[in-house]
Order: sequence, then structure tokens, then C-alpha cells
Amino acid sequence: MSKDMSLKISLYGITREIVGTSVIELPAPAPATVGELLAEMRKQYPALGELRSCAVAVNNEYASNDQPLHTVDEIALIPPVAGG
Amino acid sequence: MIPHLSITDQPIDVAAALAAVQTEAAGAVNAFIGTVRNQSGGRPVRRLHYESYDSMALTQLGHVVSQAYEKWPMLQAVAVVHRKGTLALGDVAVVVAVATPHRAESFAACQYIIDTLKLVVTIWKREEYEDGTEWVAAHP
Repeated sequence: MSKDMSLKISLYGITREIVGTSVIELPAPAPATVGELLAEMRKQYPALGELRSCAVAVNNEYASNDQPLHTVDEIALIPPVAGG
Repeated sequence: MIPHLSITDQPIDVAAALAAVQTEAAGAVNAFIGTVRNQSGGRPVRRLHYESYDSMALTQLGHVVSQAYEKWPMLQAVAVVHRKGTLALGDVAVVVAVATPHRAESFAACQYIIDTLKLVVTIWKREEYEDGTEWVAAHP
């Protein structure tokens, strides 16, 4: 899929603080799926694994682990939400 | 009616949110107003900082309101306004207002929207205490 492409990941809340920036670019070969992205991010930033949950959003929707990723996608890490 | 959904860094105008749902077809307007409390789990809170992923928050809020319209087809109007940025004690953080023909459905729909908002809408809350800050619900 996107093995030969790079990905941009937006970070919010505590994930932004853990990674230290609001956008991170993963160079090629980038993770091909949501599950691979989460595994790669947890490897690089072990503190992400300590969160209650960490979802991935693709184009403003919650994505399942097997969803493929593309360079043009708007991708974000979603730590536990706490609105209201 | 198109729901009135917004995320703002300005103080929320509660009266405007209520006015947005008023219609002659509704005999009931029900509102939930969430405000900044002075303590959390017994720990004094000084202020709150809300961060929002706006485009996704509005997308998910749209889904929540659509679900409410499916569950309560008699819904006449919905308004949801959420604040972001730094809030002082007592500030209004969120307003959910719904209008229905009769009151029972107005309570149920309003509660559904605020409860589901808290589960899916991409807004994060950092509590500020006298000795530090913490992202709410981040850790088990």
C-alpha cells in the first residue's frame, strides 16, 4: 500500500506532549495500516503504551487496525477524549 | 432543521444556544450546561485547558446528533456549543440544547447527546492544580 510513501501524523493532548511536537512525519517505508502505525509509534514512544487507550483517526473518522493508510490521508493519534 | 454545532475559544452565549433551538413546533426545550468545577477527586482545580481537534470533533458531533435524530424522530432542533482554550472556575464549557414537542423526549435526547459526546468527540481536558497539571482520563 503506502510502503514507499511517507505519512504525516497529527498529535493532540497528551500524545502531543509525549512525542514533543504537534505533527510527526514518518518517512518511507511508512506503516501500511493503522495497526502497524500504532505498533511503530509505541515502539518509538513507549509512553504511548501507558495510556488508557490510543485510537487512530483517518480523515476525521475512528479507524480500525486493518485500515490501510495513504499519504493523502489526514491521520491523527487520538488519546482518551475528555470533552464536556 | 440543521443542527447548530460549534467549537469556540470565546465565552459561550447560553441564551443564543437556547434561542437557536426555539421553534413553534416544540413544547419543550431542554438544556445541559457543563461548567468548570473547583475540584476533581478532592483535588482543588485552578482552571481548565481544553484542546480540540476541531474538524474531527465537529464530524463526530454530527454523527452523535444524527443518531439522536434517528432515536427520537420527533426532535425539532439541536444545538451543541463546546468551548476550547483556557477556562476559569465557573465558566461554561459546553451547552447542549434540544427542542421536542413534549418534555420526556427532550430529557432523553439531551442526555444521550452529552453522554455520547463525552465518549467520541475529540476534545481533551487538562486540569490545572496548585502543584501541576494532568490530562483527564489519559491514564488507567
